[in-house]
Amino acid sequence: MADLLLELFSEEIPARMQQQAAKDLERLVVGELSDRGLLFEGAKAFAGPRRLTLALVGLPNKQSDVSEEKKGPRVNAPTKAIDGFLRSAGVTLEQCEKRDDGKGEFYVAVVHRKGRATADVLAEILPDCLGKLPWPKSMRWPQDTNAPVRWVRPLHSILCALDGEVVPFVFAGVTSSNRTRGHRFLSKGEIQVRRFDDYVKKLRDNHVILDGDERKQIILHEAKNKAFALGFELIDDEALLNEVAGLAEWPIVLVGEFENKFMDVPSEILQTAMRVHQKYFSLRDAKTGKLSNRFVIVANMETTDGGKAIVAGNERVLRARLSDAKFFWDQDRKRTLESRVNDLRNIVFHAKLGTQLERVERIEALAGTVAGKIGADTKQAKRAARLCKADLTTGVVGEFPELQGVMGGYYAEHDGEAREVALAIVEHYGPTGRDLTSTSAVSNALALADKWDIISNFFKIGEKPTGSGDPYAIRRAALGMIRIILDRKYRLPLSALPDHTTEILAFFAERLKAALREGGTRHDLIDAVFSLGNEDDLVRLVTRVEALQAFLKTDDGANLLAGYKRAANILRIEEKKDGIAYSGEPDPKLLLLPEEKTLFMDLGAGRELISAELERERFTEAMSAMARLRGPVDAFFDKVTVNAPDVALRTNRLKLLARLRETLHEVADFSKIEG
Amino acid sequence: MAKVKTFQDLILTLQNFWASKGCLILQPYDDQMGAGTFHPATTLRALGPRPWRAAYVQPSRRPKDGRYGENPNRLQHYYQFQVIMKPAPADIQDLYLESVRAIGLDPSLHDIRFVEDDWESPTLGAWGLGWEVWCDGMEISQFTYFQQVGGIDCDPVSAEITYGLERLAMYVQNVEFVYDLAFNEDFRYGEVFHQAEQEFSAFNFEMANTEILFRHFKDAEKQCQELISGNKKLALPAYDQCIKASHIFNLLDARGVISTTERAAYIARVRALAKACCEAWLATPMGDYKPRFG
Repeated sequence: MADLLLELFSEEIPARMQQQAAKDLERLVVGELSDRGLLFEGAKAFAGPRRLTLALVGLPNKQSDVSEEKKGPRVNAPTKAIDGFLRSAGVTLEQCEKRDDGKGEFYVAVVHRKGRATADVLAEILPDCLGKLPWPKSMRWPQDTNAPVRWVRPLHSILCALDGEVVPFVFAGVTSSNRTRGHRFLSKGEIQVRRFDDYVKKLRDNHVILDGDERKQIILHEAKNKAFALGFELIDDEALLNEVAGLAEWPIVLVGEFENKFMDVPSEILQTAMRVHQKYFSLRDAKTGKLSNRFVIVANMETTDGGKAIVAGNERVLRARLSDAKFFWDQDRKRTLESRVNDLRNIVFHAKLGTQLERVERIEALAGTVAGKIGADTKQAKRAARLCKADLTTGVVGEFPELQGVMGGYYAEHDGEAREVALAIVEHYGPTGRDLTSTSAVSNALALADKWDIISNFFKIGEKPTGSGDPYAIRRAALGMIRIILDRKYRLPLSALPDHTTEILAFFAERLKAALREGGTRHDLIDAVFSLGNEDDLVRLVTRVEALQAFLKTDDGANLLAGYKRAANILRIEEKKDGIAYSGEPDPKLLLLPEEKTLFMDLGAGRELISAELERERFTEAMSAMARLRGPVDAFFDKVTVNAPDVALRTNRLKLLARLRETLHEVADFSKIEG
Repeated sequence: MAKVKTFQDLILTLQNFWASKGCLILQPYDDQMGAGTFHPATTLRALGPRPWRAAYVQPSRRPKDGRYGENPNRLQHYYQFQVIMKPAPADIQDLYLESVRAIGLDPSLHDIRFVEDDWESPTLGAWGLGWEVWCDGMEISQFTYFQQVGGIDCDPVSAEITYGLERLAMYVQNVEFVYDLAFNEDFRYGEVFHQAEQEFSAFNFEMANTEILFRHFKDAEKQCQELISGNKKLALPAYDQCIKASHIFNLLDARGVISTTERAAYIARVRALAKACCEAWLATPMGDYKPRFG
């Protein structure tokens, strides 16, 4: 058994690409090895700013030997054909066997292939694997060979050792060796490596923590401790943690401080300036939750002054950033949001959909309509709509686009707008991620209007989401609407909104399925209810689906579904045979057996009851009414022969089954239900 | 490794350093431009097979960044120090770090990092892969491996390094307000440039005659097209006109007379000129010159 160690040492790999690159490297090498019959016991891939590493343990030393038979031409075939066969099989005529298949003799070449040494196989496949590594963005490299490859940044060295022996190959002009380097500034020099354990230890001695997870742990642990020592707590930020762990091989956690004068600036601005531009973690008071003026820097350098110069430098940079932010914050408040609305005419929303001002005017009208339907204050909803995009023209949002909405809220408050209006401006982009939906009806009216404007208009100009892409985030908009409507139980029929189409309704049904899948709602039941048509009220649709799902879990439900399927099957076959679709009232006089009489009676009463309950949206009760049909249906199939020799009798019984089908279809299209 | 004390020392140190690495020390181009990349020594020389190494200071004009001399670090006129090496040497990162040491920043005391930042110039139809170089959280340089210029693939790939001189000097001199920089031992940066910042901010935002500018844009565009569409193609004079058009566009933009939609159209017009100039350049003897070595 042998262990492989492969390291690709390059100039700085963008943090966001490292994890995927390590996974891709593992996938490619593992795939090529298994294709060649080389299986192993374990694989682990690592990524960091300057290196991708793959370690495989328990590889066989060589491939197994294989014998393979190749059937050749008949012995009396033309010489040319025989020669061709020998050439392609790589054997001489003497090495071939003659066999007889009853129709004559033919040649068989038995090719013995000796398993190759794993090292040789690796030397052959690794250049290919490396060349296939899919980088999101790459450059041609190197300059001085005729076979440049695409790589994320220039590659400087390749370490490749199988059980301590170099596996020799060349990729992109770089020859593999058993050497690498440590930290850019802290390394003691070139490192020679034989095995993985040795590698990890030597890297550590040269100030490199190989494992990204370990780097994350170190950062998190240190940051939390330092925050705690100062009486604060770290504000968790998983994405930032991943990023900074990809920017340091030797993470050193330091704490900086900014002047109190910036504390008047909204904490969102401070935090965003620290996070986005500088990649600092923020701290807060554990009790009050108030943002601290201390911040956490993750450096990639250990210095003799304990990081003093580094902290001072970072504090200076942040001071300049915050001065800028404070300047914008002060400037922005000199103008009201209202006065900025007109400036939106200079911002194009989409070439075919006009300016942001035109969009605001559409949203304003929509917000009024929606507010009326969901019981929100129409005036406030329209006011919030008018102002909701005005912050796009402010300095702070220009600097920090991710603060759109949040800043609008601050400015609206400053202008003395109603609290609900300011809140709606903040919340109308939501719900994002796993946020709860707002409890404010005005916020939700605006959020729904904003999203419907996106969905209906992009559908109108044919920019629909496709399998491969959704550049305008239309799916997310629909999901947002679905979440708001269902969470708040808003009775907002989609067909009450302007520009609705059947295509958009179908799109919502699809999104609804995706949204409800997580909660365990069966997608076939959504289809079954949705395909009745005319269902544009998501709350009603979901309530009905849930009632149906609960019903099908009961014994009555399962049996009734089985009965339905049987009826539908018979009808399908007989209707096809007869070339007609059965429907209409069965003739009571032709009902002979008690079971068909009972079913007829119960269907009549049941259908009326079900309709009435559905009408009143008492779905559970409608299901109970349906449940009562189970007994008569079972009894019917037990005792009654549908395909009676008497034509009139047969027709009547088929009509009775059709009546059953129609009755159940009042509730849902049972043919769409699986199982 | 003493820290360079003045702004001009910084320039002289960088010039000496890169001269010692075989770079031609060129002088600023005599046209107004937004960045050192526009200098034909970068834009045009990055194309074609011929090796090239040059370093120069380029005054850079960003009309929109004018702050009437009141902002601590935003200027509508500032200096870039530009290095272009084609093909990119294998040890270019090390060379760069050596230059950082030369100006007195000791990497063993600071946190110097290469953070992903892929440079792109829509007006030049140019882009590359690279980093911002951070020193203790501050961007001190832009480092780019050119991939395309004028929409044309760069082969071989050049390395471009741009130092923002004022910002770097502020860091080295530990100055918070750009006008307080020591230009030399006797003069402050403000004595040299503060009045210019005030006057040009007024020009850029208030006084520039937009009618004249619109006309000049069209004239430059026309002249550029004429110089590269005839039988006798003059790539370099044509490219001058492209630079002019680009700067005039920036002025119009600062005057706020170009709407968002028009903006994209103007950028596309300048890009079309740049592309045509680059193509014309490649057809000239210097553009297509095949070296005896490399």
